[in-house]
Amino acid sequence: MKNLDIKQVELTETVGNIYADSAKMSIRNADVYYGSKQAIHNVSLDLAKNQVTALIGPSGCGKSTFLRCLNRMNDTIDICNITGEFTLDNQDIYAKNLDPVLLRARVGMVFQKPNPFPKSIYDNVAYGARIHGLTNNKAELDEVVETSLQKAGLFNEVKDRLKDPGTGLSGGQQQRLCIARTIAVSPEIILMDEPASALDPIATAIIEELIDELKEKYTIAIVTHSMQQAARVSQHTAYFHLGKLVEMGKTEDIFTHPKHKLTENYITGRFG
Amino acid sequence: MINLKDNSKINKMSSTARTTTLSTTEKVTLSLKKRHQKERRFKNVGLFAVLFGFMLVVVLISDITAKALPAFHQHWVKIDMDYKANWLNIDGSSKQSILAKQMKKANYRSALKKSLYLMFPTPSGKSLSRKDKRQLFKLFSSNAEFTLKDTLITTPEHLNKQISVWVRLDDDVDSYLKEGFASGEAGLRLSKQQAQWIKQLASAQRIESRFNFSFFTASDSREPELAGIRGALTGTLLTLFVTLLLSFPLGVAGALYLEEFAPKNRWTDFIEININNLAAVPSIVFGLLGLAIIINIFGLPRSAPLVGGIVLTLMTLPTIIISSRAAIKAVPPSIREAALGLGASKMQVTFSHVLPQATPGIITGAIIGIAQALGETAPLLMIGMVAFIVDVPTSIVDSATVLPVQIFLWADSPERAFLAKTSAAILVLLTLLLVINLTATVLRSKFEKK
Amino acid sequence: MNSPLLFTVLLCLTLFSYWYGMKRSLKVAGGNEHKKNLTCLPQQFGLLTAMVCGLPALMTLLIFNSAEQLVIEQLFTTTLSANIQSLSSIDLGLYLNNIHSLASSEASKTLLTNINSSNELAMQEQYKAASTLQALKQQARWLKTALVLVIACVSVIVLIKKFSLTFPARQKSETIIRGLLVASSAIAILTTLGIILSVLFESIHFFKSVPISDFMFGTQWSPQAAMRTDQVGGSGSFGAIPLFAGTLLITFIAMLLAVPIGLMIAIYLSQYASAKLRAFAKPMLEVLAGIPTVVYGFFAALTVAPVIRNVGESLGLSVASESALAAGLVMGTMIIPFVSSLSEDAISAVPNALKEASLGMGATQSETVIKVLLPAALPGIVGAILLAVSRAIGETMIVVMAAGMAANLTANPLDSVTTVTVQIVTLLTGDQEFDSPKTLAAFALGLMLFITTLGLNVLALKVVRKYREQYD
Repeated sequence: MKNLDIKQVELTETVGNIYADSAKMSIRNADVYYGSKQAIHNVSLDLAKNQVTALIGPSGCGKSTFLRCLNRMNDTIDICNITGEFTLDNQDIYAKNLDPVLLRARVGMVFQKPNPFPKSIYDNVAYGARIHGLTNNKAELDEVVETSLQKAGLFNEVKDRLKDPGTGLSGGQQQRLCIARTIAVSPEIILMDEPASALDPIATAIIEELIDELKEKYTIAIVTHSMQQAARVSQHTAYFHLGKLVEMGKTEDIFTHPKHKLTENYITGRFG
Repeated sequence: MINLKDNSKINKMSSTARTTTLSTTEKVTLSLKKRHQKERRFKNVGLFAVLFGFMLVVVLISDITAKALPAFHQHWVKIDMDYKANWLNIDGSSKQSILAKQMKKANYRSALKKSLYLMFPTPSGKSLSRKDKRQLFKLFSSNAEFTLKDTLITTPEHLNKQISVWVRLDDDVDSYLKEGFASGEAGLRLSKQQAQWIKQLASAQRIESRFNFSFFTASDSREPELAGIRGALTGTLLTLFVTLLLSFPLGVAGALYLEEFAPKNRWTDFIEININNLAAVPSIVFGLLGLAIIINIFGLPRSAPLVGGIVLTLMTLPTIIISSRAAIKAVPPSIREAALGLGASKMQVTFSHVLPQATPGIITGAIIGIAQALGETAPLLMIGMVAFIVDVPTSIVDSATVLPVQIFLWADSPERAFLAKTSAAILVLLTLLLVINLTATVLRSKFEKK
Repeated sequence: MNSPLLFTVLLCLTLFSYWYGMKRSLKVAGGNEHKKNLTCLPQQFGLLTAMVCGLPALMTLLIFNSAEQLVIEQLFTTTLSANIQSLSSIDLGLYLNNIHSLASSEASKTLLTNINSSNELAMQEQYKAASTLQALKQQARWLKTALVLVIACVSVIVLIKKFSLTFPARQKSETIIRGLLVASSAIAILTTLGIILSVLFESIHFFKSVPISDFMFGTQWSPQAAMRTDQVGGSGSFGAIPLFAGTLLITFIAMLLAVPIGLMIAIYLSQYASAKLRAFAKPMLEVLAGIPTVVYGFFAALTVAPVIRNVGESLGLSVASESALAAGLVMGTMIIPFVSSLSEDAISAVPNALKEASLGMGATQSETVIKVLLPAALPGIVGAILLAVSRAIGETMIVVMAAGMAANLTANPLDSVTTVTVQIVTLLTGDQEFDSPKTLAAFALGLMLFITTLGLNVLALKVVRKYREQYD
């Protein structure tokens, strides 16, 4: 086998096409530091509207860190320092006058491990609508909860036990509950950080199907360590390596004709 | 619901129109200002709580320090003492050895009184009224005659001479002076006449403020100007000595057993539950145990540091066991495995490898336990360490009191000067605690570096 | 020999045994150069010998000492003349005390001369009795010395006889050490047992003279028992309800201060404060936790109470000089760091994922705290509050110094109330006979206190453990 010492590969510029025709979100020259350690190096890419963009790469390559920059979740970490240009509908999301609360209502997030609140299923889904004051009365809230659960494909399974605790559901159901909770706020973008990594294959398949449906209404970015998953759900794929964006392009191109050696090695399973 | 106080344009729209026509962004924006206000308010309440906590610390410490400061110095007065042999009831013509004996038994009080009356003649030349005499004598500490006696015994040649001697003032006068009077105005417990005398003494440069050494070298006394903490401090040291001697080995042994040898069974669980619960039993209950069992059944002496030490041992043992267990648990298992692998017995591994590794943590825990014992008062009241004890205890079976109990006793005393004494004793206690805790901190950080 | 001296001798003997055991084992092996023949090291032989020498003898000494007094008392009482033995228990006690102080204060020679010189018959008898007591004590001392030393020597000799090349000295000494370790850990159980026995027995004794229902539900507390049986209003009344109420009132005031402040401190320090502030604030608040309670008591009685009284009077309220409010507020101050550190533990035990989920949806920090973290941490916080309540109920010095003695049944925080712990201290400090209902009442109160705090503690630990399991 060839020597795959990745440090020998000099990354200067991202290979492939980082631009999207209808970009919902654009990132240019992003650098992220944790203290003095640089986690993301000069990454630029677009998230295409109503499409799924997969961020793949070996663990520790910074893809999750990058995702968390997109709704400013990294703000909660004191030592994290972000530079570069992040725009949502041509609006700088790191602008001084932009409220992270508002941003996060527009850019929702689904986490790696299902993390429903220790509340009832209903209260979990209603949480966002309540804090943001999205509804005016109980009937409207009921409607939001029902439609969100329906969109997450969970309504039929839980409609008789909305008052039961959300933590009592199975892992896959919990994750769909978390997706429903995110949808209930009607965000424009949904960020998913390895949403199926803690789930069994059947639950994973359901989630993947769901992602496919959701892209009709939402722009989605998904971090995954599974190349098959990326190939199945995404239209665009970005390959990260040691904090750098190595290659980006249409998913079928990346998986059939990777331009960069590192990408090829990764998707053919030589390391990961 | 719409906030009627907020007069922004959007709020004027009908609520139904809002839900149907507005996007999420716009709806969120509507309430954003209010939410951020709430956030700020919440955060400020939290900050206020923290600052309130700081304030309590500062108020407590500064209040006690301010009250304590007067206790560290006290006023002395220079009197012209006439060691007249006949005043003292001494036969001046006796032999040297008999003279010395007589000096020990002489009546210094009457000589002092007579000297004082000479120092303060009435303007008319008549002798003072009885009331005035009594008031004049009350200006001086009851200890003054002993100071005079000591002076004469060390320098017998003073006999039949008039000598200037420094003696302590009474605590009421002392407090009066510390409050900055000496203007001749009547004070809280001082008559106009007494105040005038004090003014007279002060203007004659006969009054001096000195550092109060006797606070550290004297034992308890009914007279505030004489009371010191030496007895209580000795009692504390003896009690803590017993506590440390018992609780350290017992605590470490108990922790070693539970952590290294104990099988996981009901018995072990039972011991653990007991330890956890004992840690939360009110300290006064340990005092009841000491009274009913250690004193009344085993017949150990009341008020003794020995009993106090045993009670405090039982009380601090849970703390020491819990912290020792944590220290032992922190020793990496690889050390045990390596030693066991070399053929050492379990006991050898425990005593020659695990215990030395865990020692810093164990010592830190023991110090914290001792600090806890140092401040404890209630159980010691139960076993009679609350008596008024003038003698400095010399052994662990003597009657003794301890510093916190001394504080309690003084705090109860009606004399005003005891207020400062109490605060000063508290300051000493807090200093001791600070030193002990700092030692623990330094030890911990020193060993953590290793 | 007296006990300290005997103890020292025993210690020397033990050290000597260590050396002697080593020496003997080498002799068995056939000299220092052949020590490899032994299955165990000579030091291990020495250790075993030392333990066999010291432990049984020490045990004997302890048992002897604890039984000595009782036995001597019994023996001595039988020597007394019949008319003294027939005295009432209180008078007999007084008489015995008298003899004891005579026996311990006077040298035996002076006692003997006093017997002859004293012309009063009663005094002669007393001196004789004191002399008998001294003789008994002397005999006991001799017996003790002989017994301890003989046991020490005999056990060593018996052990040494058994020494051989294959003698398992190490295993045997390890068994003994293990036994000692077990005994040390069992002290916790003995302590609990001791507490239960001491409060329970005296309480049962008490409930024989005062019915338990009167104690538990009576509303009148005035334990000033009669000096004479025919005294008017002689029997003290022991209705503990005012004490329970007073304890609860002060605890409630303390919690009213400590819970909100402690909780907000925990929230601020865990969610908002910078690392720098945290590093400063935590030790600062630990100062509050480390201050001895007697200091708080002083502060309450001499600083807070006067301030409250002055403020109250300027508002036209009548405030007792030892108001429940002063004691409660200062107790609350003491408990703040307790609540804050336990609550902070509970809050930080909530998985970070929940916090992120909430923040990720656009909730503000405070919304996250109020709607997610606090509900999730609620069991832990409840446990913390229960522990704090238990601590407040058992707190003694603050209330002894700052709350009153008067057993008022009131809910007015400006009034003076008394508490269970105050009454225990009041009843037990000062000189009184051990069997009077007054003293026994203190143990009954102690029993109540023990049961309550134990119950709260067990409940709190259970709640907290359940909660921990939820997130593990």
